[in-house]
Amino acid sequence: MSKEPVAVVGIGQTRHVAARRDVSIAGLVREAAGRALDDAGLTWADVEAVVIGKAPDFFEGVMMPELYLADALGAVGKPMLRVHTAGSVGGSTALVAANLVAARVHRTVLTLAFEKQSESNAMWGLSLPIPFQQPLLAGAGGFFAPHVRAYMRRSGAPDSIGSLVAYKDRRNALKNPYAHLHEHDITLEKVQSSPMLWDPIRYSETCPSSDGACAMVLTDRTGAARSPRPPAWMLGGAMRSEPTLFAGKDFVSPRAGKDCAADVYRQAGISDPRRDIDAAEIYVPFSWYEPMWLENLGFADEGEGWKLTEAGVTELDGDLPVNMSGGVLSTNPIGASGMIRFAEAALQVRGQAGEHQVDGARRVLGHAYGGGSQFFSMWLVGDRPPSS
Amino acid sequence: MTREIAVVAFAQTAHRRTSDELSEVEMLMPVLHEVLERTGLKTADIGFTCSGSSDYLAGRAFSFTLALDGVGAWPPISESHVEMDGAWALYEAWTKLLTGDADTALVYSYGKSSPGPVRDVLTRQLDPYYVAPLWPDPVALAALQAQALIDAGETDEPALAAVAARNRAAASSNSHAQLRGSIPQGDYLVRPLRTGDCPPIGDGAAAVILATGERARELCARPAWIRGIDHRIEAHGLGVRDLTDSPSTRLAAEKAGAFERPVDTAELHAPFTSQEVILRKALRLDDSVTVNPSGGALAAHPIMAAGLIRVGEAAARIHRGESDRALAHATSGPCLQQNLVAVLEGDPR
Repeated sequence: MSKEPVAVVGIGQTRHVAARRDVSIAGLVREAAGRALDDAGLTWADVEAVVIGKAPDFFEGVMMPELYLADALGAVGKPMLRVHTAGSVGGSTALVAANLVAARVHRTVLTLAFEKQSESNAMWGLSLPIPFQQPLLAGAGGFFAPHVRAYMRRSGAPDSIGSLVAYKDRRNALKNPYAHLHEHDITLEKVQSSPMLWDPIRYSETCPSSDGACAMVLTDRTGAARSPRPPAWMLGGAMRSEPTLFAGKDFVSPRAGKDCAADVYRQAGISDPRRDIDAAEIYVPFSWYEPMWLENLGFADEGEGWKLTEAGVTELDGDLPVNMSGGVLSTNPIGASGMIRFAEAALQVRGQAGEHQVDGARRVLGHAYGGGSQFFSMWLVGDRPPSS
Repeated sequence: MTREIAVVAFAQTAHRRTSDELSEVEMLMPVLHEVLERTGLKTADIGFTCSGSSDYLAGRAFSFTLALDGVGAWPPISESHVEMDGAWALYEAWTKLLTGDADTALVYSYGKSSPGPVRDVLTRQLDPYYVAPLWPDPVALAALQAQALIDAGETDEPALAAVAARNRAAASSNSHAQLRGSIPQGDYLVRPLRTGDCPPIGDGAAAVILATGERARELCARPAWIRGIDHRIEAHGLGVRDLTDSPSTRLAAEKAGAFERPVDTAELHAPFTSQEVILRKALRLDDSVTVNPSGGALAAHPIMAAGLIRVGEAAARIHRGESDRALAHATSGPCLQQNLVAVLEGDPR
């Protein structure tokens, strides 16, 4: 049996900031959803179902907020699904929505992910003590720093790589009006002299805490034909999960990430990702994850990812631009961060990315991960529909 | 042509008032083993896995990650999670099977209501700016709904007591149920609801396996084919809803094809007696239909699993040859805000 091709015809983001005190949670999500509908030239009545995602409910202190958000998202009388797969959730949410179209259950689906971190305290939300269970070591940085160390030791990467990534992403963010951090006076020296938080991760190599939402309108072939702007076509999409902690786990390059990428490439007919993919929006919450994921995703051999970064390959004008939008390092409404990666990939192939557009981007990867580097979701979008 | 998809196996815990000695994962593990054993499948044979649970019940963020460890997700698996009742995880898995990306799916859900004051916890589901600060709990909200129903002349307290008695009598043959047999209706908890009109507070888990076409026939002597499944949500604000009706249930049932032919069995996720009255009306169930032969949510109500259990119980009756066409219903949110309906059928005999 064949799947219905899935097209992205509408994308909407909020301007991401530390605290959106001017809107409620409902106001925030409605803003992004409204922009996605405008982009698609559709109205609320055209939406058949809503798929919403966000990271833990403790981040806003609302249990299952989709119930309260049903009215704001025009979901009354429609199906509404709520996805939660930790940090990868923004990507997973888009894929669950895409499956509704691919399976021909619905023709047009609104998918949205958000986080309003200013409503509470994410560090606290992640650190609730539970008896007999391993704590997450005071937020995410403490968990990931040892794995960055392991990567540096394994690959022999020089200490400077992380700061290069941060410097690049923060400069890219200056070209993206929706990005949270706009550091106009950023220099490499400023990144390198910022305080050490979790050695080897410096303050300027970490993501901010943002309020924000991202929405997309996904539709079928018929819907795409009516789209006022060029659609982005999903050429492949997959999720993979593996356990949090076990003796055989490779935290530097988890197998779930490799398997997920391999599945996406197989669907999209990609044999050499470095050659066949034009750009990538990769989930990099700490700068060193750029070279690490370049290897995990097959863009570089093991131990070689940092060389691409060092050579400027991943710069906006490089041969394989990575995080043209400024990435998670510049904008991190956690639950939405994955969907922003997916949406930015789609913006690129639609030619709608504005100042951070990569010329001639035809096939772009969107990537998200979560938990203890255990949940992965990815999609590859292109400017033409899948060939089969 | 649409793929045929069936529930081929179901397992659940014995639901209990407390399970202090068990973590959520320990509670879930035997159920996962049991449902896999029923089909002879191993974790690595499953094409897609999807679960439903709630961080707020667990009292910690990312609580589902540890359950995944229990599944034994190695080599890595294709997997997802909804922060909803497991019935919606089943819906996501059904969609995935429809795309042709997988032929089998494992769906599970679990919830422990015992560690905290669950009536208080559930108030956190409400509009966080205008309603949640008032802490109206689910029993109080259900009581508003019950009173509206009585005022509309749709039921009365003796009729509600009869609903409770019938469900709990049915539960006497369900070894998994928490409350079984003849149980006094008790005192008022929140007027007009008495203890007997309300669900027990309890812990539990459930799991089902789905399979497509011929695969389903290999794994199960009499698969419970999902002929239709749909879910709909209503407005959150109680003031804009007619609490005596459930239009979202009616619409979901219509889309799932429930009204095309009569069903012989219905498993309704009605935690409060008054909600069964509403659901029976929305689903046009008359006395010829066996409603809640398991005892329903009034006999065991592990939050996040109770809806999936309704699908599992309906499917198990088809597996056993006790039903040919069954309806399963799940609900979420205050006063039946969100509802899912599945129609299951066995092969003709």
